[in-house]
Amino acid sequence: MESFLNRYRNLTVLLVVVAAQLLLLAWQVKTSQDVRLLRVWTVSTVTPVTRVLEAVRRNTVGLFEDYFALLGVREENQRLHAEVGDLKMQNHFLNAELSTADRVRALAAFQAQSPSKTIAARIIGNGTAANSAEVLVDRGTSHGVEKSMAVVTPDGIVGKVVEAYPMASLVLLTTDPSFAAGVVSQKNRVHGELRGLGHGNCRITEVQNEQKVDVGEWFYTSGYDRIFPRGFPVGQAVVVRNGTEGKEIFLSPSGLQGGLDEVLIVLAGVHQLIPEQAVASSEIHMMAPPPSDHPAPSGPAVELPQAGNTDADRLKSAYKRIGDAQGHVYGEGGPPNFNIKVTGKPPPAAKPARPAAPEPADQGEGEVHLDQPDFTAQEQAGAKAAPTSKPKAQQQKAIPPQPEPPSGGVPRETR
Amino acid sequence: MSEFGERLLEDTRKRRTRGEHLRSLVFVLVPFLAILFQVYVPRFFGFLGYLELPLLVTIYFALTRRQPIAGVLFGAAVGIVQDSLSQQLIGMYGIVKTLVGYFAASVSMRFDVENPVLIGILSFFFYFFHQFFYWVLDRALLGHMTVFDPQQTFVYALLNAAVALPLFHLLDKLKART
Repeated sequence: MESFLNRYRNLTVLLVVVAAQLLLLAWQVKTSQDVRLLRVWTVSTVTPVTRVLEAVRRNTVGLFEDYFALLGVREENQRLHAEVGDLKMQNHFLNAELSTADRVRALAAFQAQSPSKTIAARIIGNGTAANSAEVLVDRGTSHGVEKSMAVVTPDGIVGKVVEAYPMASLVLLTTDPSFAAGVVSQKNRVHGELRGLGHGNCRITEVQNEQKVDVGEWFYTSGYDRIFPRGFPVGQAVVVRNGTEGKEIFLSPSGLQGGLDEVLIVLAGVHQLIPEQAVASSEIHMMAPPPSDHPAPSGPAVELPQAGNTDADRLKSAYKRIGDAQGHVYGEGGPPNFNIKVTGKPPPAAKPARPAAPEPADQGEGEVHLDQPDFTAQEQAGAKAAPTSKPKAQQQKAIPPQPEPPSGGVPRETR
Repeated sequence: MSEFGERLLEDTRKRRTRGEHLRSLVFVLVPFLAILFQVYVPRFFGFLGYLELPLLVTIYFALTRRQPIAGVLFGAAVGIVQDSLSQQLIGMYGIVKTLVGYFAASVSMRFDVENPVLIGILSFFFYFFHQFFYWVLDRALLGHMTVFDPQQTFVYALLNAAVALPLFHLLDKLKART
């Protein structure tokens, strides 16, 4: 045996190493556990170096670029171009400062405005996995970051933390094929699942062909995945078409537009309302209702029968008369004889008691959303509270004044 | 032995020890830099994302050391470190690079691997093998329905082979100095 192992020593070592790794893989798959210690060691070794590299790059790259640019220019005209170079350098520096300040200000403003508790992080490297989109950020468990926390920018969601180490974290971007998040469309409130495609765009799945989604419609996080708080922008639908297994919706993720440098990690998320779509003009001008052709008598009020104008109303009255003629109480015993003829005029059709009030006036904004699901009603309430919603005085202005009902009329029944 | 002879022997021993230290340092530092390159550089130069420097370094060390066991251990170590820096399960790159290390070292025992043409062909072949075997493992062991694009892999293999030639030359120079 020993001589056999010695003879095939190389092959034996190969088999042992491969078998050990296979066992390690099997153990990870079966127990869903991770070899965390190994990862922590590796990341803790690599990320400090990338952090230093990043700092050096930030501080020197602009200087070197300008230097190399100046070398070529000096050959043509040293005096003039030195001056231009100085100005350029100053300009570059100020622009860089300005753009950094703008970016940081935007991030800070978003951080202050957002009810969720967030922490700013800088991207310091890429993940090494093939066919995946991952980045390393310079915040880890020592800063309060945990696995499965959402990562966002003011423009939209960026990804989620898949591994948190003491000084760094690994973030899976929304474009990664294994990424998934619950989303809802802004206009039609269509729920779906955001999936990465491995390149620039993402796809929304789990949407039926019958559901309506428009090209250009915004999608927001739905909050149902318990990772992303509700109400964060995700992106705009760029392609919408019917497919064999449901609607095919491709989306351009708004959080990844224009490159990534700084991001926010959501430490404690707070669900927000999905903003209402902006309406071009919600004010409707309405004229006063026309005067009645038959002015009501000025005498005492005449009580009109409650029957309406419709066939159903007339049928109901006929059945009532048949029941009354036979002393039948509906709902008790068998049915009455509907074949007997009951003498007597059917009650006259009710005349409109007063000039019909304009229909839209009855469909005020408050009533339209009564049938909406709870969360929509909540959003409506929130939207009204939001500064973008129409002021109350403005809403009242849109509703025309109700004319005084004629003295003989019956007040119209409201819903 | 004369006093001069003893001093000469002592100097030689010191120089050899220093050379071994430097070689060990290179042995650790080069793969570390390769991994660092893969982590950091594609952030700014996305087109360099196709470069699989840890694989090229594994091939280089396996070819130059000509010891299959060393190749196996080196490949496994580099692969596991690569796995640790991603969210995937540890062992995927480890297994693939272990095999690459072993085969590269085995090939070096039979052929003259100093020849640049052969280096290019081997780099091409091992890159293709690496990517294909990784895909096979991903599907077979983890059940991921990933897509293997032979045309793209072919082009990337050519590019990696083209990079391997100057890289191996550079590493040869570094080895000669140490």
